[in-house]
Amino acid sequence: MTEETTNIKRGVPVWAQVTIWTFLVGLLALVGFGLNRARNPMAEIGEPVPDFDIVYYEGYEYKDKTQMKLSDLQGKVVVINIWASWCKPCEQEAAELEEAWQFYKDADDVVFIGVDYVDTPAGANEYLTKFNITFPNAPDLQSTISSILNRQMGVPETYIIDREGVLRHVKIGPFVSVDEIKSAIQSIE
Amino acid sequence: MKKFFYSFTFAFLMAILFTGVSFAQDTTPPTDDEVNAIASQLYCPVCESTPLDVCPTEACKDWREQIRVMLSEGKSEEEILKYFEAQYGARVLAEPPKKGFYWLIYLLPPAIILLGAVILLRSMKQWTTKPVAESTGTGEVGGDSSPAKDDYVARLEEELKKQK
Repeated sequence: MTEETTNIKRGVPVWAQVTIWTFLVGLLALVGFGLNRARNPMAEIGEPVPDFDIVYYEGYEYKDKTQMKLSDLQGKVVVINIWASWCKPCEQEAAELEEAWQFYKDADDVVFIGVDYVDTPAGANEYLTKFNITFPNAPDLQSTISSILNRQMGVPETYIIDREGVLRHVKIGPFVSVDEIKSAIQSIE
Repeated sequence: MKKFFYSFTFAFLMAILFTGVSFAQDTTPPTDDEVNAIASQLYCPVCESTPLDVCPTEACKDWREQIRVMLSEGKSEEEILKYFEAQYGARVLAEPPKKGFYWLIYLLPPAIILLGAVILLRSMKQWTTKPVAESTGTGEVGGDSSPAKDDYVARLEEELKKQK
C-alpha cells in the first residue's frame, strides 16, 4: 500500500463557526438589552413599592393636582384599586369602594386611587358616572402602574400601601362589603 | 348671455348635487366591514395575541366601538392606528412599527435565512467533494484503500484471530 490520500477536513468551516457564534452572541446581547430596558421594577408584599407617576382623569384629580408621584403620598395609607369598565366583577365592589372612600376622605389619612386598566375614555367616563365615583382616578392604558404593582390575576385587584410606602395587603378579586375594605385598611393602620 | 346663464345654472346645480352627495357620504355610519378592516390590524390590549376584529370580550367590543366613532368623525385608518399605538403602546399593532428595536423583527429572519443558506451551500460543496487518492504504486485506485482503513482492517483481522 503506497497510496497517498489528500487530507480533506469535514464539518463546519472555521469562518462559518466564527460567524455563527458572533451572530448568536450579538443576538443574545441585543435581546438582553431589550429585556432589561422593558423591565419594570415590581412590588412585593413587605417591600417598598417602586415609585411611579399618576396622571389623573380630568374631574378625578387628587386635591386639584392633575399628576403626581406615588411617593408624594408618603405619610398616608394608599388604597390603589385596579379596575376597568369592561370588567364585570369590578362593578360588584364599585359602590362599596365609594362608600368606604366617603368614610375615610375627611380624615385625609387614607387616600383611595382608582387605576383604570387598559380602557377606553368613553367606557371609563360611563363607569365612573354610573357608580358615582368621586375618589381620584387615573388611566393605566399601557399597564405601567399595574405592572409595577405586580398585578397577578386580572381586574379588579386592590393594593394597600402603608405610610412608609411599603406594600402591606393585596386583594385579588372584588371586595364583598364595606366592612371588608375597612378591616383590610385597619389591619395595617 | 343666455349661454352663460345656462352654464352658470348647470354648474350651480351640479355643485349642490355633489355637495349633497358628499354630505350624504359623511353621515353614513361606518359598516362592520370598515370597522373590522382596521380592527384586524390591531391586537386586543388585554387578551394578548388575539386580533381585535375576532376578539369576543367586552373590552374588544369597546375598542371596536371606538374605531367606529373615530371613523364617523372622519378619522383616517392611519390616524386611528396611530391613536391606538399612542394610547396602548406598539404591542397592539399587528404589524410592528418600522423603528428602533422593531427593525430586528424585519431584518433578523431574512438575515438568518441568508446566513443559513450560505453555510449550507458551502458545507454541501465540501460534502460532495470526494477524497482524491493519488496512486503511486500497484495498489488500487480509489478511496477504499487509505492507510487508515488498512490499519483498521489489519487490527480487525488480528482481533478476529484472537477470538478463534
